[in-house]
Amino acid sequence: MRIVTRIGAAAYALLLAGPSLAAEEGKGIISPTDAWEVVWGDVLIDLFVIGGVFGLLAVYMLIKFRAKGPNAVGTAKPLTAGVALAFALVPAALFMADDFLLAAKGWSLWNIQRTVPAGAMEVKVVGSQWSFEFDYGNGIKSGELVVPVGKPIVLRLTSTDVIHSFGLSHYRLKEDLVPGRINHLWFYPDKAVETFVTCQEFCGDSHSVMNAPVKAVPQADFDKWLASKKKASLKAPSFASLTIDPAI
Amino acid sequence: MTAVTHTPAHEGSGFKITEWIFTTDHKRIGILYLIGSVAAFVVAGIEAIGIRLTQYNGADNGIVNYFVGDVTHDLTTASAYNTALYFHGAAMILGFLIPGLTGFAANYLVPMMIGARDVAFPRVNALSVWLFWAGIIVALLTFVIPDKPDIMWTGYAPYSITGPGNLSFYVFTVHLIGFSSILGAVNFLVTILYMRAPGMGWNQLNMFVWSIFTGLFIQLIFVPVLASAVTLLLLDRYVGTGFFDAARGGDPLLYENLFWFYSHPAVYVIFLPAMGLLFEIVATMSKNPIFNYKAAVYGGMCVLVLISGEVWIHHLYVTGMPDWLRIGMMVTTLLISVPVGLMVISLWGTLFRGAITFNVAMQYVALCLLLILVGGLTGIPLAMTSLTVHLARTSFVHAHFHFIMGLMATYSVFAAVYFWFPKMTGRSADSLVAKVGFWFNLVGTQVTFWPLFIIGVQGMPRRYASYTMFPEFTPYHHVATYGAFITAVGIALMLGGWIWSAIYGEKVGTNPWGSKSLEWTHTASPPGPGNFAKDVVVSETWTPYDYHV
Repeated sequence: MRIVTRIGAAAYALLLAGPSLAAEEGKGIISPTDAWEVVWGDVLIDLFVIGGVFGLLAVYMLIKFRAKGPNAVGTAKPLTAGVALAFALVPAALFMADDFLLAAKGWSLWNIQRTVPAGAMEVKVVGSQWSFEFDYGNGIKSGELVVPVGKPIVLRLTSTDVIHSFGLSHYRLKEDLVPGRINHLWFYPDKAVETFVTCQEFCGDSHSVMNAPVKAVPQADFDKWLASKKKASLKAPSFASLTIDPAI
Repeated sequence: MTAVTHTPAHEGSGFKITEWIFTTDHKRIGILYLIGSVAAFVVAGIEAIGIRLTQYNGADNGIVNYFVGDVTHDLTTASAYNTALYFHGAAMILGFLIPGLTGFAANYLVPMMIGARDVAFPRVNALSVWLFWAGIIVALLTFVIPDKPDIMWTGYAPYSITGPGNLSFYVFTVHLIGFSSILGAVNFLVTILYMRAPGMGWNQLNMFVWSIFTGLFIQLIFVPVLASAVTLLLLDRYVGTGFFDAARGGDPLLYENLFWFYSHPAVYVIFLPAMGLLFEIVATMSKNPIFNYKAAVYGGMCVLVLISGEVWIHHLYVTGMPDWLRIGMMVTTLLISVPVGLMVISLWGTLFRGAITFNVAMQYVALCLLLILVGGLTGIPLAMTSLTVHLARTSFVHAHFHFIMGLMATYSVFAAVYFWFPKMTGRSADSLVAKVGFWFNLVGTQVTFWPLFIIGVQGMPRRYASYTMFPEFTPYHHVATYGAFITAVGIALMLGGWIWSAIYGEKVGTNPWGSKSLEWTHTASPPGPGNFAKDVVVSETWTPYDYHV
């Protein structure tokens, strides 16, 4: 019973913690990636405990209660109404407690994932069969996502044709690119890394090879990269404003 | 109640094909469903081997496709792989699991379990099975048309509308099988409501009858939604409407919402009857009554029906649904653990102090108990929207639903065939071949799907014909592919064993497992037309699990 009260207390504490975690953004940025790993670890423990208990029980009973003879019958006693009710309500209460505990954990993580910190750098992402395009504003476009280390990045995602998905596995994040809709996700590159984004919603024959490099680089390198992109964009003026939307 | 109109099949009168084609007998219709669904299973299983072989070679860009029946596709592209994925998913769910459980098992067992001579509308029942067969045939035609559908079993807009694959075959398959399901649902709901043997109250029903009642209730409510969703796809593509076209005021996510509004409840149309079958076999083979029957029926099955329609957003967690909706449906999805947990406790409790004997059916059931745990518990992180932002669309999802549907529900169908084989044929299918096949199936499926959990958590995307970005996953895909071949051997042994046993199997009595359920105690094996020698009447203390008297 002590474990039950403890779980209950923990659930209550987490319920309170849920909304407050979002308010902490001013004090410092909690990376959604790190928070994901923490919650995932907790959930794994939950799964292994429940799975272990029921799994061992099943194996034990399947071995222990084998028939003693060809005409043996089971010896389970009929349940009284009270016991039957208890066997419904107590497990239901325990499962529900676990559900709310998990929901509270999930909600706190969700608040981190969905609350974009102030001062985040914004990049627009346009998916189309079968590439990603990253738009830094001021006409600067790139086929790779280069971001400075130590700055929260918010991506605004959309698609020009079919549904794609922006799968940033390294950062434990993903959100779909849906035509006619602007979705968002944010991540926090806390150290320099070279990784990639892959499309994770089926989008046609080249779905498996739709990807783009993602590079988190020191601020100085990023500035240099952005300046070089700017020069390139000035050399090749865009006539995007003159093209006619084929959908019209 | 219902007049038995067809000619009695005399013992040894021989096999007449017309008797099967024009049959209105629920048992023969059940067997027709079984043959059709196993045929769909075999073709979809061969596709699964093709899928695994593609991924075996998927780390270098040289994709090798070994697809059966693929003649027109350029074999160096991924399109054959995509077609295989489409067919595998659509055929396994719409062609095997739902018809195997609500077609074969419900038809063969429910009327006998409730003491009825047939279903309420036998000729409608015959229409259902032939519509199902027509659906299977339309689905199989996708192998010979040039523009094979590659739209996955979900058929998401706008790809299904603008893509190269032929959408109409998908839509008509869904229409035919959906119409068949709706007719079947009406038929069985009426049968269970009005044709129970005199004296048989709701608390005396077999668990399987309850599972079909609840499962088909879901089916009746939600299948029309799927049918309308795919019809809108058809209109968008061929008539030029814009329901799902963002450029013309439509919304691609409308389709996903409609689709999963049906298709999540549909997993309970599979899960509930699968559980029902496990309950029957566990009770009989443990010689115990169902533990806490009312909790499992009312708190488990009925509550699951109530929740089933309020959780579909968990399939759309990363599509851009409003934040509050994702949180709300996270809670409802997690709460599914309550009714499922009550069923699990009831199933486990039925083993307690039992007198368990292991036939092949019970071996499969024992495996299913562990598969429920793996498949069910891995659903928990996927219920949590904040964990799903990473796990969605990875192999983790793929492994999760294969454990619960692809393995647990599938093996419950196989267990049912072994368990009721003596009823269907008068002969036992429990042979050495069946036992060896079981171990191949056990080992093969575990070897296939555990690696997919591991690489899923690390980010292996689903539906990838090649994975050049993830070369480190190659060994896992190799292991999974070996597992698929081990399973294929197990399935071949099983199916071969069934055919052999139907002809040469050992003749066993009418009730070889010592069950107390009406289909064993009151009918011959195989049962003749009209099932019972005289009308069944049960007392108010009778239960199908009365082992302690």
